[in-house]
Amino acid sequence: MNNYRMHLLVCGGTGCTSSDSLKLVDELKESIEKHGISNEVEVVITGCFGFCEKGPILKVYPDDVFYVTVKPEDAEEIVEEHVIKGRQVERLLYVEPNLKVKLEGQKDLPFYKKQIRIALRNCGFINPEDINECLAADGYQALAKCLCEMSKEEVIETVIKSGLRGRGGGGFPTGLKWKYTSNNASDVKYIICNADEGDPGAFMDRSILEGDPHSVLEAMAIAGYAIGAEHGYIYIRAEYPLAIHRLEIAITQARELGLLGIDILGTGFNFDVELRYGAGAFVCGEETALIHSIEGARGEPSTKPPFPAQCGVWDKPTCVNNVETLANIPPIFLRGADWFRTIGTEKSPGTKVFALAGKVNNVGLVEVPMGTTLREVIYDIGGGIKNNKEFKAVQTGGPSGGCITKENLDIPIDYESLNSIGSMMGSGGMIVMDEDNCMVNIAKYYLEFTKEESCGKCTPCRVGNKRLLEILDKITQGNGTEQDLADLVELGEIIKDTSLCGLGQTAPNPVLSTLHYFYDEYLAHVREKKCPAAVCESLLSYIILPEKCVGCTACAKVCPVPCILGEVKKTHVIDQSKCIKCGACYNTCKFSAIAKR
Amino acid sequence: MGGNCDTQEKFAELQNFIDSIEDKRGALIAVLHRAQQLYGYLSNEVIFYVSEKLVIPSSKIYGVISFYSYFTTKQRGKYVINVCLGTACFVRGAEAIMKEFEKELNIKAGESTKDMKFTLSGLRCIGACGLAPVVMINDKVYGRVEVDQIKKIIEECEKEAE
Repeated sequence: MNNYRMHLLVCGGTGCTSSDSLKLVDELKESIEKHGISNEVEVVITGCFGFCEKGPILKVYPDDVFYVTVKPEDAEEIVEEHVIKGRQVERLLYVEPNLKVKLEGQKDLPFYKKQIRIALRNCGFINPEDINECLAADGYQALAKCLCEMSKEEVIETVIKSGLRGRGGGGFPTGLKWKYTSNNASDVKYIICNADEGDPGAFMDRSILEGDPHSVLEAMAIAGYAIGAEHGYIYIRAEYPLAIHRLEIAITQARELGLLGIDILGTGFNFDVELRYGAGAFVCGEETALIHSIEGARGEPSTKPPFPAQCGVWDKPTCVNNVETLANIPPIFLRGADWFRTIGTEKSPGTKVFALAGKVNNVGLVEVPMGTTLREVIYDIGGGIKNNKEFKAVQTGGPSGGCITKENLDIPIDYESLNSIGSMMGSGGMIVMDEDNCMVNIAKYYLEFTKEESCGKCTPCRVGNKRLLEILDKITQGNGTEQDLADLVELGEIIKDTSLCGLGQTAPNPVLSTLHYFYDEYLAHVREKKCPAAVCESLLSYIILPEKCVGCTACAKVCPVPCILGEVKKTHVIDQSKCIKCGACYNTCKFSAIAKR
Repeated sequence: MGGNCDTQEKFAELQNFIDSIEDKRGALIAVLHRAQQLYGYLSNEVIFYVSEKLVIPSSKIYGVISFYSYFTTKQRGKYVINVCLGTACFVRGAEAIMKEFEKELNIKAGESTKDMKFTLSGLRCIGACGLAPVVMINDKVYGRVEVDQIKKIIEECEKEAE
């Protein structure tokens, strides 16, 4: 094995590879080869660093120099200057936008300062395609400890004591789930890793699987030992080809080293893992639906009880855990349940990973202790709102969650506090919205999603959500009445109370929460027939600002109606009676002289 | 279709895949994934073939196909344009991007152009939210797409096709 003096860690997550990070790796390797230092410096493709906004990311180890937005053509300079001469490439350092200073180390970046990385501990640190790097980072030690030193009961007791709760959204205590499955006697049991990350805008599970697949395999084996299962399934979205690829490699390598398969570590414990692919159905994130999908059928949920812990895959006791939950398991055994409890809050110990996205400066994956406030996440870590716009709301919990406004930004994040303000933890999607987003339109967006994804088995969800969407559509078209707003609430509550599974029971949340916090905006749509954020097309008009119009005629030329009048070099006017609101003029004007009102 | 050696070859490959699965319980979705990968879409011919091999009624297979949005029974164009409609992309203007593609290609989302060069569809989050709004054409990802780039993107594909 070579002893390298320096490692260049390049992010190989989906975000960064989409901006050519693999080409950067090739260029770096070529340059290192050219300078004859291949035995001194190694280029490592790692999992996601989380700082996706500034990708591709390159970190120099052990110097802890953090380069951002690195392009393939920067490779030569990095090798010549930094690697060979020891001089940092200043222009590629992260610039703190407020202070305008260049920061060199990862630990100096405000994005990382408040984060504690447990589930993401190895993402951006190890090469996920090499099991040796995982082993060097304490991989599979927790499994060894459980198998060799602990009884099944002690393993379950440790997880209960840690207070770990399901990170997929429900927040059910993981240790109890294990205990229930363990208590149900059966010759065959199953452990399932739920990697069907369906919340659009959440990508933490994908990043964990891409960056540290072994931590999930290891945790599944530990869970298998605890509940008495010899077989595990990972149910993963087919839309995640890179995560699937890395999981396949990880499973093969773990089998080769005897960490999966027959007689693991000579303890007589057998455990193996099989991948099962989703096929684009959001409802399959619900555990009973997921189980039907694993059995090769339509992914429709069924009534509980019986719970999967009693009767799951092939009618055998089954334990379903989410990816992030599992990624927390090995550190709990290596560092102890008491250590885990020192992080986070009393009722929600540990950390939570959030996918911070939308109108925020630093889009990325963020892992913070429970109890951190939304303000800290959005402003300190996320760097505030893009283009200095006004913060309007943050949506958590995806299509099942709700919006949180400025007034509640200082609430410490945990399962209970988010529920109390009409939202939920969910899987961890966190979408920031600014003054330019229309809340009625956002509610409509989520309803369109749930309407599409409703499996159709129960009536309240299948028909009710469609009706909700129709009312919202009517409102955004300018045909809504105040009675419609009352109907939304009544219908929404009924759907929540009467739907069969979690999808229907939470589907009206985005509507109800926006109605609660942004009632004025809904009123403006139905009373004044105006969209205050100027998003809903039927409700807005395009006007030409005389002080900005130079009379270039560009707008008049593209207008399909045509309804723009005016002579060359003179102010133009839009004839509102003819305008079809296509927005062609707005997109064409180079002088920002056309406004939406 | 039917009878030409290309199709025969693919059926042989599908047969090999089915044979390689030890425990055929619950294998249907995996087999359909493989079939769609081979053929691009799931025709009746393919459905009947799978039905026979797995001993599952074709009606049940159709039920599974129509349930999952990943599976398609329609042939798709050479370039499949997927506009990400995940929430992060949506709040950063994915709707306008989709509309522009619809306008430029003169088809609606879910349809293909007559020459079968392009298929336009929406997609739920590929997880590259840092690059929002995102468009994926076959396997290539275009990040931070703006409305006025779309014409160029389509032209790029057309040039490549020639």
